[in-house]
Amino acid sequence: MAVLKENYDIVVVGAGHAGCEAALAAARLGLETIVFTISIDSIAMMPCNPNIGGSSKGHLVRELDALGGEMGKNIDKTFIQSKMLNKSKGPAVHSLRAQADKQRYTYEMRKTLENTAHLTVRQAEVSEIMVDNGKIVGVKTISGAQYFAKAVVLTTGVYLRSRCIYGDVSNYTGPNGLKSADLLTDSLIKNGIEIMRFKTGTPARVDKRSIDFTKMEEQFGDERIVPFSFTTDPDSVQRKQVSCWLTYTNEKTHQIIRDNIDRSPLFSGAIEGTGPRYCPSIEDKVVKFADKDRHQVFIEPEGEYTNEMYLGGMSSSLPEDVQYEMYRSVAGLENVVITRNAYAIEYDCFNPRQLKPTLEFKKIDGLFSGGQSNGSSGYEEAAVQGLIAGINAALKVLGRQQLILDRSSAYIGVLIDDLVTKENKEPYRMMTSRAEYRLLLRQDNADLRLTEIGYNVGLIDQERYDKLILKKEQIKGEIQRLENTTVGANPEIQNFLELHNSTPLKSGSTLIELIKRPELSYELIEAIDRNRPKLSADVCEQVNIEIKYEGYIKRQLQQVEQFKKLEKKKLSVDFDYSQVKGLRKEAIQKLDMYKPMSIGQASRISGVSPADISVLLIYLEQNKNKLQ
Amino acid sequence: MVSDTIAAISTALSSSGIGIVRISGDNAFDVINRIFVTSDNKVITKADSHTIHYGHIADGDEIIDEVLVMVMAGPRSFTAQDTVEINCHGGMLVVRRVLETALKHGARPAEAGEFTKRAFLNGRIDLAQAEAVIELINSKNDYARKSSLRQIDGEVSEIVKELRKRILYEIAYIESALDDPEHISLDGYAKKLEGNVVDIEKKISGLISSADNGRIIKEGIKTVILGRPNAGKSSLLNLLLGEERAIVTDIAGTTRDTLEENILIDGISLNVVDTAGIRESEDIIEQIGVKKAFASADDADLILYVIDSSDKLDENDKEIIEHIKDKKKIIILNKSDLGVVTECDYIKEKTGQDAIVFSAKTKEGYTALLDKIRELFIEGSIGFNDEIYITNARHKSALMEADDSLKQVLASIEAGMPEDFFSIDLMNAYAKLGLIIGESVEDDLVNEIFSKFCMGK
Repeated sequence: MAVLKENYDIVVVGAGHAGCEAALAAARLGLETIVFTISIDSIAMMPCNPNIGGSSKGHLVRELDALGGEMGKNIDKTFIQSKMLNKSKGPAVHSLRAQADKQRYTYEMRKTLENTAHLTVRQAEVSEIMVDNGKIVGVKTISGAQYFAKAVVLTTGVYLRSRCIYGDVSNYTGPNGLKSADLLTDSLIKNGIEIMRFKTGTPARVDKRSIDFTKMEEQFGDERIVPFSFTTDPDSVQRKQVSCWLTYTNEKTHQIIRDNIDRSPLFSGAIEGTGPRYCPSIEDKVVKFADKDRHQVFIEPEGEYTNEMYLGGMSSSLPEDVQYEMYRSVAGLENVVITRNAYAIEYDCFNPRQLKPTLEFKKIDGLFSGGQSNGSSGYEEAAVQGLIAGINAALKVLGRQQLILDRSSAYIGVLIDDLVTKENKEPYRMMTSRAEYRLLLRQDNADLRLTEIGYNVGLIDQERYDKLILKKEQIKGEIQRLENTTVGANPEIQNFLELHNSTPLKSGSTLIELIKRPELSYELIEAIDRNRPKLSADVCEQVNIEIKYEGYIKRQLQQVEQFKKLEKKKLSVDFDYSQVKGLRKEAIQKLDMYKPMSIGQASRISGVSPADISVLLIYLEQNKNKLQ
Repeated sequence: MVSDTIAAISTALSSSGIGIVRISGDNAFDVINRIFVTSDNKVITKADSHTIHYGHIADGDEIIDEVLVMVMAGPRSFTAQDTVEINCHGGMLVVRRVLETALKHGARPAEAGEFTKRAFLNGRIDLAQAEAVIELINSKNDYARKSSLRQIDGEVSEIVKELRKRILYEIAYIESALDDPEHISLDGYAKKLEGNVVDIEKKISGLISSADNGRIIKEGIKTVILGRPNAGKSSLLNLLLGEERAIVTDIAGTTRDTLEENILIDGISLNVVDTAGIRESEDIIEQIGVKKAFASADDADLILYVIDSSDKLDENDKEIIEHIKDKKKIIILNKSDLGVVTECDYIKEKTGQDAIVFSAKTKEGYTALLDKIRELFIEGSIGFNDEIYITNARHKSALMEADDSLKQVLASIEAGMPEDFFSIDLMNAYAKLGLIIGESVEDDLVNEIFSKFCMGK
């Protein structure tokens, strides 16, 4: 029987948030790309929370956008509420979050994929990878069709051998009842890939008409909306917003959960996968934080044209009847009607220490992996990995140098470095505390940090690049001007200072010095800054931040300098550590397991001591040619 | 990594006439210029390579010592980096003060074997020596790690652990609020944090002053007094101390735990540990004491083995002799005033050395004992590794950095900075304190956040 055979440059397996970014990046770099999905109607589906962004996740989306990814643009087209979180805190932790219209999000992303040159969208289940002599050559689908490619990107999300569970009900499906992919795992295991089993969960969706909103607090969006994408004109997104609602669980809710805890598959042991600590199910919260008398529940719309509402904070895998009882004990949900049950989902994923920081498997040349299947969690974490995996697959096919963002240049770098260097026992979520140089990695300067990189890769066009260069020059020029502009201790200035509760001047001062005072800012001193040029709001923002936090920023820059020295010392993944005399046994085992790409990465592996690093450095010097 | 500026005492820490403090790295000249004062306001630069300058080391207005400074600009130095060597007038105290001044003004304490490592990495040592360097680093690190943990005072270590716990809780609180602002609020938090930080900072300042008094780690030659019950170990200790410190009775088994005292003999610092008498015992507390005594002996630089010479050797004595025969030791035949009946030949045969006939009561043999200790030290048979002192310097500099970070937190609170800035400096303090007790940061924070604060969608 004849089988279908086709040739592509790049195959992407899965069209979720990671797969869409990978496929778009590869196709936009001019490579013939095919993306497989189990259901074309579910491209970029949001099976859990109906929002994009949030603390540190917002950073990821801004960074992705600065590099030329799609998620930021897509949420700008489809959000129904937007909020800048942590606005009262420092600029480093401001983070954007937008409620999405889920249907429109999917629809817009599908439209973008379908209209991108060099990109084919194909509905089929991939069942095997084809490997020849340690090199990927393509994939097979369940029909036996063969798709040959120079590189393959796995973005399988939570679909590998997935199982959805609530109470004693257990369905072998992906999220939302979509088909799971049950065959690919075996092929991957056969090719030496180590599989882990992770778990996550989602709350119930309910009918808006059955909710009593008068018992809840209304949560509005921001008055002035900041778009996610640096390319979106802020004026174009000042649209009407939909509200979310806040209510709380109570002692009765907790009692219902405690009374039925033995019926939870998580506690009875029916679920084996490791779940994330940061989005615990409500039963987890009640058990672990027994002293809390209530937990927040956010009621979020799933879209503008549906009555379905998401019960944020109450994910669960309790049986259907208990779900009803516990939801109905919450103020405002007394008569709630469930449209979809809460459930837990278990799935296969890959131990990410098998990957290089480029997201290519160390063992299989040309096979890349990005997204939740690398043991992460969240749409944003998935998307950025998809983008990097897609870019690197394309660069590899083009014979160009791989892209690695280090920990000092992006949250994306922190995320990937953590995944490939540290032991991950639960789905990994981005957090601002994981970024040691977070004062430098702000969401407001993602373009200044990364757009040039995106331009060099080929995903940013000339016009956008020119704008960036202009912006950089304006920021630099304006800071210089402020440095060179002096004001005297004259009555006008003293009055101004008095007005703002600021100490009067004893002698002349530069404007920079005034901006640095806690009670003043670039914006405030406009009144005494006669020759101020007209600059855009985002340039002004950068000028203010760079001046006000200069001391902190400088300190972090010094730390980065130290950090980079070790990152620059490269190690080969083929290196045999057992031949290095003086390394401790534990260090040899760990180094062998992780096969780090640099001394810096090696130093972050737990079980490798500073003394081991000294030994490695010396060995490196001694055998310069062997290792580098 | 290879270019920050390090400093260490490069001569042995003894009572010798001259001590040298070596400073090496990119900012070596900056550091020396901050602490070196000459009559003609000399500023050391690269141009001064391979010259010697006379002046004083000063910490601000305080003159520490009259010194000669040798200047070697990189690459023409041992490490191939800019290096200065400060020749001090000597005396352990002065050399230490000079080092501390350098550390205070921009250098950091060198790691074990770090000068040698730099020399190697910069091509100053030939390749054949590479493995020796690796061994040196490993052994010195092992020693430093061991001594760092062994010598840190138990109480200090408890305080440091407690302070770290408190700091981590504060960071986790801030961070969980940043990660989940809609669940956890920071309203009014700065005020509360300020009180806590003031308290923590005060405790760290206290530790810094105890570091000044050398009380953070126990310096000196670790000397352990061993012997069976009632052989006169405590009497010997009291004699050395010149005071009645240990409880002395005629009832065997009085010293149930170990006692520690620091004794100076002609400038040689002995850290003397009195142990419980070693004998088979049914008493559990006493058994623990015996176990401890042997463990102390295993760590010791010098053992003073006290025998009741008015009695024959028993099984316990034989066990002790077996245990210590390969260690550096002095054998003391105590109670000579009661007449020596013990088997001297057996002892000599087993240990290969002569015993000192001694009486704690009449002080017979006391001078001979002191002479013996002095002799062992001068011939170099016993001595303490300078790593011990370096360890102390490292602890102190870690404490000072932690203290600085906490002061920065207070300054940020004062200036009304947003909360996320506090956690950056708190984290730094947490990491620095970790260096003292040999703990790194790893995933502490993330674990703390999830275990203490309920977050998530």
